Amino acid sequence: MPVGVLAMQGAFREHRLALERCGAAVREVRTRGDLEGLDALVIPGGESTAISLLLRRGELFDALRERIASGLATYGTCAGVILLAKEVLGNGLKTLGLMDLAVRRNAYGRQVDSFEVSLTIPLLGPEPFRAVFIRAPRIERVGSGVEVLAMYDGRPVLVRQGNCLVSCFHPELTADLRLHRYFLENVLQ
Amino acid sequence: MEEKGTWTVKTGFAEMLKGGVIMDVTTPEQARIAEEAGACAVMALERVPADIRAAGGVARMADPEVIVAIMQAVSIPVMAKVRIGHFVEAQILEALGVDFIDESEVLTPADEEFHIDKHRFKVPFVCGARDLGEALRRIGEGAAMIRTKGEAGTGNVVEAVRHMRRMMDGIRRLTALPPEELMTAAKEMGAPYELVRQVAATGRLPVVNFAAGGVATPADAALMMQLGADGVFVGSGIFKSANPAARARAIVMAVTHYQDPQVLAEVSRGLGEAMPGLEIAGLAARLQERGW
Repeated sequence: MPVGVLAMQGAFREHRLALERCGAAVREVRTRGDLEGLDALVIPGGESTAISLLLRRGELFDALRERIASGLATYGTCAGVILLAKEVLGNGLKTLGLMDLAVRRNAYGRQVDSFEVSLTIPLLGPEPFRAVFIRAPRIERVGSGVEVLAMYDGRPVLVRQGNCLVSCFHPELTADLRLHRYFLENVLQ
Repeated sequence: MEEKGTWTVKTGFAEMLKGGVIMDVTTPEQARIAEEAGACAVMALERVPADIRAAGGVARMADPEVIVAIMQAVSIPVMAKVRIGHFVEAQILEALGVDFIDESEVLTPADEEFHIDKHRFKVPFVCGARDLGEALRRIGEGAAMIRTKGEAGTGNVVEAVRHMRRMMDGIRRLTALPPEELMTAAKEMGAPYELVRQVAATGRLPVVNFAAGGVATPADAALMMQLGADGVFVGSGIFKSANPAARARAIVMAVTHYQDPQVLAEVSRGLGEAMPGLEIAGLAARLQERGW
């Protein structure tokens, strides 16, 4: 049961390595054909404008939206949050629009303001999680069907809606596999 | 407590650029063309390398006015160049809030012995390298990203290929050496021993490695990716060509689909004239020789 990692642009290698360390078989997704037979999908961090453009040019955009809308377990980090959100505030970026979220791009600042911080994520247990935020998007509003799983600085940073899980930070940049395991064990059910 | 400017935050940002194209731009309008074409970042300059080469004289950091105008024009990351060793130009760029600094041989060096101590900055740095030893020296000084140098402003990919092959050969060679030979290898390469051990163990550079210096066509970009680059810088190749927007889009597609000749064939069609290229043997100055 392969897990796909969207490989338009961005940190797809790090997600692949993290998933493989969890014991998953991984396939990089670049074309519509690559979506066939996938059990789960990761949308990595990267530049959301570049990823959105590449999806639309490669005819992957609609196919991807259909698969996720019909239940494909999906985990998005950083740019993945933006691509799954219904609304991008202050920006006309075309997204898949599958999660009831309003997000703002680069709302934590430019790269000199990027940071790491230890977060408490109740569902992962008492051990804090080292969260790396890089030019991160901020979740400004969530709809009623969205479950908030972790907060930082008064805002949701890890949320789930049905088959979609997203984090504003990058677990693939640390050696901590708990969030990838949670995705594979829980969201994939 | 929030920690900014850590090694993870710097190298992690470089990971986000992977599989992407970073384009040289000189105006806000060019920056928007690059963003709309799918560039993952832009390099803000006063002149592209081909014009720096033609103009001669001393090439310095761009006017902050130009850089700020470009930062305001786009939402993607903005990089800018400083002269090798010019840590005050770097302080200025950090104060402006640029996202990445390129300590670049394309500008006239300010110091012919020493590079910038890049660990002292919160903003990440990218540096050029022609082989593994040079890359590991720069990483030792704090570079969070490497690009092979190639020969900027020529539209001739031959030097970029040479440097990428040298880099990959260097890595492959280290992975085959027994542990007792690594110290001598470090000595011969002029590289920090701990980094040499790390490359020998993992079989890859500890940071992202892009190709640069001479990429002018989608095929050039895909060639560099197939040789092992994590992404591509395109300098003069886009805005010195006949149809910059179309060429920029095609190069972005070529970097994502670098292993798919069907896509490469499709995107290479009807792009108009590429930038005029230069023979390396006829150059008055070889920029790649700057850096120590």
